[in-house]
Amino acid sequence: MAEITASPKSLSVNPLKVSQPVGASLAFLGLARSMPLEHGARGCTSFNKLFFMRHFREPIALQTTAMDQVTTIIGADDNVVEALRTIAEKDKPELVGLITTGLSETQGADIPRTIKAFRATHPECDALAVIPVNASDTMGCLESGFALAVEAIIEALVPEGRRKIRRPRQVNLLASSMLTPGDIEEIKAWIAVFGLTAIVLPDIADSLDGHLIPAGFSTLTYGGTHPADIARMGESAATLVIGSSLDRAADRLARRTGVPDYRFPGLMGLAASDAFTGVLTVLSQNPVPPGLLRQRAQVQDAMVDCQFQIGGTRVALAADPDLLGSLVSLFQDMGAGVVAAVASARAASLADLPLDRITIGDLEDLENQARAEGADLIVTNSHGTEIAARLGAPLLRAGFPLYDIYGGPAQVWVGYSGTRRVLFEIANLAQGHFRKIAPYRSIYRGEDRHA
Amino acid sequence: MKADEIKALLNEPACAHNAKAKSGCARPKPGATQGGCCFDGARNALLPIADAAHIVHGPIGCAGSSWDNRGTRSSGPTLYRIGMTTDLGEMDVIMGRGEKRLFQAIRQAVESYRPAAVFVYATCVPALNGDDIEAVAKAAAVRFGLPVIPVDCAGFYGNKNLGNRIAGDVIHKHVIGTREPACKAGAHDVNLIGEWNVGGEFWNVAPLFDELRLRILCTFSGDSRFAEVQTMHRARANMVVCSKAMLHVARKLEGDWGTPFFEGSFYGIKDTSRAFRDFARLLNDPGLAQRTESLIAREEADVAARLAPLRPRLAGRRVLIFTGGYKSWSIVSAMQDLGMRVVATGTEKSTEEDKARIRALMGPDARMIEDNDQTALLRVFEETRADILIAGDRYIYPTLKSRIPFLDIDHVRAIGYAGYAGMIELARNLDRAIHSPVWAGVRATPLWAA
Ligand code: SF4
Repeated sequence: MAEITASPKSLSVNPLKVSQPVGASLAFLGLARSMPLEHGARGCTSFNKLFFMRHFREPIALQTTAMDQVTTIIGADDNVVEALRTIAEKDKPELVGLITTGLSETQGADIPRTIKAFRATHPECDALAVIPVNASDTMGCLESGFALAVEAIIEALVPEGRRKIRRPRQVNLLASSMLTPGDIEEIKAWIAVFGLTAIVLPDIADSLDGHLIPAGFSTLTYGGTHPADIARMGESAATLVIGSSLDRAADRLARRTGVPDYRFPGLMGLAASDAFTGVLTVLSQNPVPPGLLRQRAQVQDAMVDCQFQIGGTRVALAADPDLLGSLVSLFQDMGAGVVAAVASARAASLADLPLDRITIGDLEDLENQARAEGADLIVTNSHGTEIAARLGAPLLRAGFPLYDIYGGPAQVWVGYSGTRRVLFEIANLAQGHFRKIAPYRSIYRGEDRHA
Repeated sequence: MKADEIKALLNEPACAHNAKAKSGCARPKPGATQGGCCFDGARNALLPIADAAHIVHGPIGCAGSSWDNRGTRSSGPTLYRIGMTTDLGEMDVIMGRGEKRLFQAIRQAVESYRPAAVFVYATCVPALNGDDIEAVAKAAAVRFGLPVIPVDCAGFYGNKNLGNRIAGDVIHKHVIGTREPACKAGAHDVNLIGEWNVGGEFWNVAPLFDELRLRILCTFSGDSRFAEVQTMHRARANMVVCSKAMLHVARKLEGDWGTPFFEGSFYGIKDTSRAFRDFARLLNDPGLAQRTESLIAREEADVAARLAPLRPRLAGRRVLIFTGGYKSWSIVSAMQDLGMRVVATGTEKSTEEDKARIRALMGPDARMIEDNDQTALLRVFEETRADILIAGDRYIYPTLKSRIPFLDIDHVRAIGYAGYAGMIELARNLDRAIHSPVWAGVRATPLWAA
């Protein structure tokens, strides 16, 4: 049980937290032919687009209702209608995620009424699905905004009621924002070797993995889960939920469809991976395939090889709650000590983590605690680069944003082979920063050595 | 800020672009808007003041995804790179606790980082809530004994350009003239206005100023210090570095202190030389004029020699430029210096004056692209049979996805292109991009599909 303390500061310094609208937009970027539309002034969307572009190194579909001086005062409902119509005409998506921001929430936007007005005045756009999400940036963080959007997508696209058809080899996968495109690809393959297929919600591995298409450039997403597949989630044999932030979304899906679910806080490390594999054997009625057993044996080997370097390491972590939890178990499994843990926002899952203390705070908190505790490995996003340099400790980059490396989103952290990759990376970082014993020159020895 | 104050800022008297509707100032179109808000523009303009604390007053949406994303560099203090925000929560907004939190935030910044000054940027939510940041700034300045500068730049006021203007207005109103330079330097004192030191590019040019015995009192605001900005009124000549938005700062300095100014650019060989000549002309010093001519002769000969091997690889290559605003003409001139052919240029944010300059450079039939739509832009690229696209960072991935050579010219890049040395860097990067074997590789059909 961890004691959760909020940083008492009035000034957030070197923010760790990224806003809820960013997270909600990310969820919609994992759907096919989709366009997230942020309801606010233009600047947030411009920042958020750049933020994703630098992280994924991909074009990003993202639009704004562009509230201005006048509409901010008198009401911006017309902006929403106009934006929806413009996007429908120009970009022709199948689906728009309509995401409120602090500005439109403070101003008192009435989204249901606005959507009604859009439907009434634009019957030609009837085929366009509009999914509203309330995601003020005065609350939560990227992860919670993402989870809110997943919940809204389920609510909008999964029909209520138990389905007559059950597809015994189809499973649902609810994927938290802590999973990279590389992770999701890995999990899909993991499920596939058991002869199962997954409907992934949302599937940023399909849209944001970075792949060229014959058409070149698209103003919409480059892939992602198709709405028609989401509608069939009620026919699946089970739902696999990765990340505690999706608990509410999972509850909703279970309530709507009656599909049983299995929940995993994360899939980093041997034990977490075994838990997942175990469920897949039950669902598929298949034994663990030899290839997977081989990967398991490989990660075991990596664990014994790397424990010299990683065991006893003093680690300082800062991330959104799901990722933080996953990293804690990864490091503790290896015998490393988590000496500082900073989360961007509150989450129910934090209290259960096997740590003494977790701070809800920023990267200044991380830096101060890491210094006080003499941490010798820093784990956070790219903003940690200079902090790690100031502390003289290596940085393992994880989370959002990763703007100063190539291939960040392609990295795999989960499963046997992902865990093995991360263990090697950590061990290499630790080895590179190994504190050598300083040479001692005796006051008596000398003359003869130079003779 | 009141609507008429915003309007006044958008009006730049004696500027050719006021004759016609200002393309940069039109109402943004919901669902089809690109580009940042005026908070974005104001912070861009002020953030390079490296020893100040820059506090973003608002919920996390404004700073969370945008702090530390600039390419601007400092030769000394790095305080400007520390992201600071009041990170307003639900309760702060509902209970109207924003002002109190801001005051405490300023205290915290002062106590933990000892800044030379504090800039406070008001964003949309506190502006809508009616937070009086001017009053908070005043009280904090008295309480903590240092300048606290309020920047009223809520995003919904307008675009980045307006934000630039607000920033210029703020320093004119609150900062310039509040201190005298420490000592005389035995050199001519000059300012550069609108130079951001992206990727450290101004350091390509700065040594030449020393050589000419021109002391830069302040660059507003690349690699500057707060105390330098305070002394800008003492310069004898100002250069506005290809930035329309900063023109009014120069105008006000001319009005208040009689400082003459000129507009110029450090992109391209001709423009760089012209800038130095313009300084000599404004300062009216025959000795300086002589030094300037010999420096130009030497530098131009040197850069010509170093460009010689690259020239044949670039000459006649077709360039499509899409940068908007001032860069549209300054980059055109740089490309022409390299013997490249500019087939079209974007004028999305350009003023009438910018466009007049483009016509002067490219001829009356210059193709100008107003639309900032990425798909349309890629279409023009095909139509004009261009070899490379030069544009801001927003266009990089759409272009690369289309398997088209690209050069980034925006403010977040890490490579500097200014001055004579920058020209060589620019030429090298163009050559590398155009002739990369990667393009053929990604366009080829694999054997099995042929
Ligand atoms: S538009 Fe408003 S809320 Fe959005 S980033 Fe700009 S100032 Fe902040």
